[in-house]
Amino acid sequence: MLLSPIEIQGRLERILLRVQKPGRYVGGELNQVIKPWDQISTHVALVFPDIYDLGLPNLGLAILYETLNDREDVLAERAYVPWLDMINAMRQAEIPLYSLESKHALVDFDIIGISLPYETLFTNTLEMLDLAKIPLYSSERGENDPLIIAGGHSTSNPEPMSDFIDAFVIGDGEGVIHDIVNAVQAHKTQGTSRKELLVSLAAIQGVYVPSLYTPIYNPNGTLAKMESLFPGIPKTIKKHIVGKLPSPPTKFIVPSIEVVHNRVSVEIMRGCTRGCRFCHAGMITRPVRERNVDEIVESIQTALDNTGFEEVALLSLSSSDYSHILELVDAVSQRFAGNHLIISLPSLRIESTSVDLFEKLKGSRQGGFTLAPEAATDQMRMMINKPISEQQLLETAGAIYSRGWHTIKLYFMIGHPSETLEDVKAIAYLCKAVLAEGRKIIGRRAEVHAGISTFVPKAQTPFQWVACDTVDSIKAKQKLLMKQLSGPGMKFNWTNPQVTMLESWLSRGDRRLSRVIYLAWKKGAHFDAWQDEFNFHAWQEAFEEAGLDPAFYTHRQRSLDEIFPWDHINTGVTKSFLKADYKMSLDGILRADCREQCYACGILPGFIELRRQNPGQSWKCPEVKAAGAVANET
Amino acid sequence: MQRIRIFYAKTQALRYTGNLDIHKIWERTFRRAKLPLAYSQGYHPQPKLNQACPLPLGMTSRAEIIDFWLDPDLTVEEIKGALEKGVPPGIEIQDIRQVDLCEPALQTQVVAAEFQASWKTIPEEKNTSKKILVMKIKEILSATTLPRTWKNKDYNLRPYILHLEVLERGDLERTCLFFRLTAREGATGRPEELLAALGVDPFAVHIERVNLIFR
Repeated sequence: MLLSPIEIQGRLERILLRVQKPGRYVGGELNQVIKPWDQISTHVALVFPDIYDLGLPNLGLAILYETLNDREDVLAERAYVPWLDMINAMRQAEIPLYSLESKHALVDFDIIGISLPYETLFTNTLEMLDLAKIPLYSSERGENDPLIIAGGHSTSNPEPMSDFIDAFVIGDGEGVIHDIVNAVQAHKTQGTSRKELLVSLAAIQGVYVPSLYTPIYNPNGTLAKMESLFPGIPKTIKKHIVGKLPSPPTKFIVPSIEVVHNRVSVEIMRGCTRGCRFCHAGMITRPVRERNVDEIVESIQTALDNTGFEEVALLSLSSSDYSHILELVDAVSQRFAGNHLIISLPSLRIESTSVDLFEKLKGSRQGGFTLAPEAATDQMRMMINKPISEQQLLETAGAIYSRGWHTIKLYFMIGHPSETLEDVKAIAYLCKAVLAEGRKIIGRRAEVHAGISTFVPKAQTPFQWVACDTVDSIKAKQKLLMKQLSGPGMKFNWTNPQVTMLESWLSRGDRRLSRVIYLAWKKGAHFDAWQDEFNFHAWQEAFEEAGLDPAFYTHRQRSLDEIFPWDHINTGVTKSFLKADYKMSLDGILRADCREQCYACGILPGFIELRRQNPGQSWKCPEVKAAGAVANET
Repeated sequence: MQRIRIFYAKTQALRYTGNLDIHKIWERTFRRAKLPLAYSQGYHPQPKLNQACPLPLGMTSRAEIIDFWLDPDLTVEEIKGALEKGVPPGIEIQDIRQVDLCEPALQTQVVAAEFQASWKTIPEEKNTSKKILVMKIKEILSATTLPRTWKNKDYNLRPYILHLEVLERGDLERTCLFFRLTAREGATGRPEELLAALGVDPFAVHIERVNLIFR
């Protein structure tokens, strides 16, 4: 034991008033769960590797917190990465990172579960482990160190973080987490070694134990193969999914200080059938599984009763595609309207019916209306498989302005290698056209906020073969837009091209990048997601010291038969499907919504038994006949 | 419409929650209790509430007071019953009363606040000598001015100090300071300023507001 909870508490008292927002570091919020430590066999710390303000509202961790604490033999507590002032203060006072609930040092836990939704949290993960005084490298951890596990979207290519994480969760965490807890319990009661525990974890569907595999590289630096180091462990790691979304969490922790989202979040469906080719989430969270309206409405009610929050967010990747969206919106507005409650429904399709939906939910307080056309020319729309015509966009914009909104946020994406300057100019043209539409309807009050992000080719998507745009080219495109998108009523923001490079290195990186991440962190990289903290120089130096060429990971058009470092991670969507979809993008061929027709992405054969057990409309994949029924027919 | 006054203690981790966030905590408490908080009119309706005088971050308090407006009216018993289940950790309700709608705002009624500062049990703090402390108190109380600087402005702290004494309880670890400072609008004595004037490390003591004195 590093320090007892009482010692940690005592030292904290001395430093808390010297740092900004000390409320981040004390826990004690409504609905936090405190269990008698000594009477519980398994202790899990759930960590979001950024500050409390961002981590507390994270829905994934809220789900795990509730499902773990529902077990009598498990306690789950939370930790976040402190802000810089607190990191310094803690190091000075020799306070190890601790859990907010019981103030136990993180080393005292059996399992540390880290949420890694995006790559810019990687260096912070090292910062967190270091602050917790846990060896950074998996290979350096001993029998008494906690098991370090990680999950979240960025782990669909786990390789870059492989040296630091003992086991990755691939897919939905809800089911796998219990299997992992059970394996750890068996390991503790049977007194098996850490190595034996890791091997037993590797047998669980959806768990990847990187130390049991080793990559073999070709002379040109690409991967030759991923070799398993232990007999009997799976060659590929298939993701784990829940056939039916379990009941949504309703005992959200209510923060005692302001955080980024103060709200009840309900996932109305998981997955997306649209098949936008750049969209990582849309590819890796298949199949679509919907919740029913009653369950959603009841859980909102319970959650509001438990929390008193003044906002509810209905979350999904594409809200308009939820089968019962009208019914849901009616039920929600009827039940909860007029209570000084904001109901937000993000990710609406660009069509005027979305405005009707939104209007029904319009509370007394309202924000802007966000639309994401992503591309502005037909050629690019075909390429990315998101065909939204100019007319459709302008009509929707007109409907939005005429129903009382003054501001429309438009999201576009630049940086696909086949994009021309004409495609970029068209973005500016379209933003101006939307603003002109607004001027026609509400005059000078109309505003357009254009958010122009830069394309990052992601692993496990049809664009995993594609090269990333260069910094110079991105800058030229942004400069062009900056010139065009100025003047009254128009706001424009963009992504730092250097951050785009970082995301691109890491999202399609191999295991050698673990060393780069370590070196970059050593050289001071942390809080990469924070504009003011991002340290590109440290990353450049890290690549140099590791003897790796960053361009190898970003600017190389990858050959169609290249073996990728993430090929052994099976998200259910097959590589041959992705390849076919990539070829279609080159030919500018659209693939329609797969609710209309199944394109055999691989999910259905991969999870056929689960589909059979969950018949009906909650999945959007075609129905599978019961095994018995097939036999009867023949 | 009715106006109710809640007397409560602020304890535990909530002492690191600032004043505006406390408003939010109360709003949510009322929402959980399903009590009909009255909201302001306009584009961004806010719940109608009014707090006596803000408590500096890090202090606990046995004397917090906040007013709420409800619409429609309920009996005090109904309100008590509803709130009992809903208060979050760190808030302990002491009393709830209905007050006249026409009563002036709470902060205009408070004239002084009483505090108690006790040393946190940190070993390295023990060597602060109690003798010196007692001497300094005498010095301050017998002086007519106590020049201090707050946010680059010079001012005289002395008139804000209404009372100051050491409560004798043996060694310094269990000794505490008791003091009364003015808390009128525009004339609020700051506990941390007084401690600094006494040469006490403000991070070494735990300060609790124990009483608010009304006009």
